[in-house]
Amino acid sequence: MVESKISTTMKKIHIFGLIVIAIAIGIIVSTYGSASTYSNFTEAEELAKEGETSEVHVVGKLTKDANGQIVGMKYDPVMDANRFEFMLVDTNKIVKKVVYLSPKPQDFDKSEQVVVIGRMQKDYFECNKILMKCPSKYTNEAPDFKEATAEKI
Amino acid sequence: MTLGNLGHLLVIFSFVTSLVATYAYLRATLLSTDNLQVETWKRFARGAFYIHAAAVIGVCATLYVIIYGHHFEYHYAWSHSSRALPWYYMLSCFWEGQEGSFMLWMFWQAVLGVILIRTNKLWEAPMMTVYALVQAFLTSMILGVIIPGLDFKIGSTPFLTIAEANPGAPFLQLNPDFVPKDGNGLNPLLQNYWMVIHPPTLFLGFALTLVPFAYLMAGLWRKQVVEWLRPALPWTLLTGVILGVGILMGGYWAYETLSFNSYWSWDPVENAVYVPWLIVIAALHTMIIAKKNATALKTSVILIIAQFILILYSTFLTRSGILGNASVHSFTDLGLSGQLLLYLFAFIIVATILTVRVWKLMPSDKDEVSTYSREFWLFMGATVLCLASFQVIIPTSIPVWNSIVQAFGGVSKLAPPTDAISYYTKFQLWFFAVITILSGIGQYFWWKRVQKGKMQDLLTPVWISLFISALLITFGGINKLPYIALLTAAVFALVSNITIIIGVLRGSYRVSGGSITHIGVALMLIGILWSSGYQKVVSLNASGLLISKDDYFTKEDNKENKENVLLWLGQPTRMGDYLLTYRGPRIEIRDVPEFVPNTWVDVIEGDFHAVCLRDITIGEKTYHKKGDTVAVYAENAHYEVEYREPNGRIATLYPRVQFNEKMGLVTSPDIKRELNKDLYSYVTVGSDPKKAEEWSPTENFRVAMQDTFFVNDFVAVLESVGRTDKVEGIALTPNDVAVKAQIKILDKEREYYITPTFAINQERMVMRKPEVNEDLGLRVQFMEIDPKTGTFSFAVNSKQRDYIVMKAVEKPLINVLWIGTIVLVIGFMMSTIRRFREFRLVRDKGVELEKV
Repeated sequence: MVESKISTTMKKIHIFGLIVIAIAIGIIVSTYGSASTYSNFTEAEELAKEGETSEVHVVGKLTKDANGQIVGMKYDPVMDANRFEFMLVDTNKIVKKVVYLSPKPQDFDKSEQVVVIGRMQKDYFECNKILMKCPSKYTNEAPDFKEATAEKI
Repeated sequence: MTLGNLGHLLVIFSFVTSLVATYAYLRATLLSTDNLQVETWKRFARGAFYIHAAAVIGVCATLYVIIYGHHFEYHYAWSHSSRALPWYYMLSCFWEGQEGSFMLWMFWQAVLGVILIRTNKLWEAPMMTVYALVQAFLTSMILGVIIPGLDFKIGSTPFLTIAEANPGAPFLQLNPDFVPKDGNGLNPLLQNYWMVIHPPTLFLGFALTLVPFAYLMAGLWRKQVVEWLRPALPWTLLTGVILGVGILMGGYWAYETLSFNSYWSWDPVENAVYVPWLIVIAALHTMIIAKKNATALKTSVILIIAQFILILYSTFLTRSGILGNASVHSFTDLGLSGQLLLYLFAFIIVATILTVRVWKLMPSDKDEVSTYSREFWLFMGATVLCLASFQVIIPTSIPVWNSIVQAFGGVSKLAPPTDAISYYTKFQLWFFAVITILSGIGQYFWWKRVQKGKMQDLLTPVWISLFISALLITFGGINKLPYIALLTAAVFALVSNITIIIGVLRGSYRVSGGSITHIGVALMLIGILWSSGYQKVVSLNASGLLISKDDYFTKEDNKENKENVLLWLGQPTRMGDYLLTYRGPRIEIRDVPEFVPNTWVDVIEGDFHAVCLRDITIGEKTYHKKGDTVAVYAENAHYEVEYREPNGRIATLYPRVQFNEKMGLVTSPDIKRELNKDLYSYVTVGSDPKKAEEWSPTENFRVAMQDTFFVNDFVAVLESVGRTDKVEGIALTPNDVAVKAQIKILDKEREYYITPTFAINQERMVMRKPEVNEDLGLRVQFMEIDPKTGTFSFAVNSKQRDYIVMKAVEKPLINVLWIGTIVLVIGFMMSTIRRFREFRLVRDKGVELEKV
């Protein structure tokens, strides 16, 4: 009698523990399933050909010309305020046109490295999100003192 | 001695004193209690900690003096401040840098340490040993000492001069005593009052997580496995309040300042503090029942360790640069990640050893906990809270996972989920639906002691809330299953907690804290459900015109998100229910209550002053005369946008763009607050008013009366030319002759008149006053009159008309969210005060017993 009572109580806490562990494992598995990948244009192109609709992260660099202008950047709000294009060089040095269906992000001109999140279309990469790394904001890179002393009174 | 040397010396001094305090408290703990030396060691340790606290305050004061005094020879002042900043934003400069935020954290810990020493003598020695050790670790983060020979840097000091921070820089070889005249300035996003108070609150929360942890460690160390709960509980509650308020302030700041269109975006930086906060909440629930329930006690031990470790982990995540490609926030490694990792592991190991050592000493439950007990339901709530935090920390840690795999030579290219908001919401929504239901049930079991077979007590609130939810779902148009579930759960929590306050507690102020907090949570969830789940983009580009001939548009049939709308200056555009008109850029003069048109002042280049081009008059009052020099926020442009509602009501919003030379373009929204919704607008593209558009080359027209001609695609008609007596800006004498032309210009929706004048005086001197129409982007000058042919000639220049691109979103019922947060904080404070009072009563009784 006593024994059976203990065994049922053991069961209860065990079941509770098992449920918690099951949920925890479920969370980990679903994280793995929903996680995106850091990729490049070549892989993104292959994925798109296979009909895969999931989005990927592509890390790339913006090329700048002698005047510090980003190459291939096109934004004409008068024509379309919701379309912004630029050229991006991925880690394998492959260059693709990236189309962002939103206005040009605030800090874009100052960025050097960006992460674009989206998927490959036929001849361009359509992205929904751009993460920018702006070297000027928080880093302690060698300061540009020309600017700092430009004060006129 | 320079300020920098003083600061650096004080840092070293505070580091040494914290180590001395640790050692002395350790000695006091290790001696047996009846030893006479205990008091001596304790007194010594106390003195050391007081001196340490004073040194920490000295360090902070020195840094503030450097910033406030514009000592730009110091790198920290140069890179975070500038002369244009008012004093309160200089406070923000203090914690913009990583070193400053570490100092803020240290400062709070020093203050709390002094309070702890003065309020709890019984636990002082062991608790303060742990406490002072943590403080020593933290102080070492800003030590900035390089160990000779090893080339290993401990900490990063904010007291470096520019020359020390940039060794071998070419400009220093030219001029070794170079001091910049102005600083780099504060990140414009941080120039907000919330950024003056949010970081101190958040870091007070960080500092507070140490207090329950230190009590726990002391308890485990001295094998008082249950006793630590009493002093730790009120502090855990306070941690919950302060950390929660800090997080909410951050959310509110993001809503007001960042154009992320949201108060919460599940960015790793936000997640990193959200997770420990949930754990604190779970811990305080298990601590309440830990005296009666051994499982809850063991869970509390683990959770209190976890919340402290998670704060260290979040610091590591956000400051090590490991999130590099995962977060929109830029963080860089100051070379401290190794050090942070070392502390993280040190505390994990110490805590684990102490716990394992006494694990067997902890009581165990004789009976299985009954499903009808309050302990069961509270424990369930804590479990779900933990699972919710686990669900957030796992995806947030993906970059860490990648690094670990790569450290072992593997390849892992996992990236965080692409759409963080919908991803996390999908899970958290269900967790919180369960948590709110449990908050209602838990309160019933807690206060009413619902018995087996007497569940009908709960039935009334269930029926009432189902009825209210049904009404809300029907009339609120809630049509998604998860939203229906969350709404019903939140309504149930509201009803049941209100019933408890009215029915059981009879509004008793002392014990209602818990219920009130739960009501706050339920209200917040309802507010979030509507303001996020049912937000509406108002600025849909519904002009119906083909705006681009690009084949992309014709092919895709305009299906893409056109959530940003272009507004031409002065041209009303329909947007949802509103008629929007962009009225032009405005500038803020520091001592004038309203924004004024940019054309009223001339901003001195590179400065934050401007010269008034006319009298600055708002209503009746004239603030400044023409020619005065005034202080302005020179980098900010506020774009006046007029919203006309169908009922004729007009509201004006001023979304802001800051043109910051060093940091680029930064936009902040303006929010029109109404009782039932917020209208949230921000400019995504705006022109810099300081950089005037260039006029096109002059085009000459020779026309006769009533002729029609085309200027820059507009149809223009010369309607009349007539004599005039007055020309603004020119003093006419009776013998002068002035004529004014009346040119009608047809725009899409309205017509404009441009009236240039032509004057000739006795000496046959000709004056041609051009007229500018900003709305059209036209400048017309009356050049000549040819009496022979009866024609008139005009010179016309055109420029791009000013425009902005903006986005507007309606956020319904967002005020319910804010009310909920206030209710939550009030309830939480009430509970905290209650537990502190209880603690004091018991402590004073204990002291009396000791005396007897």
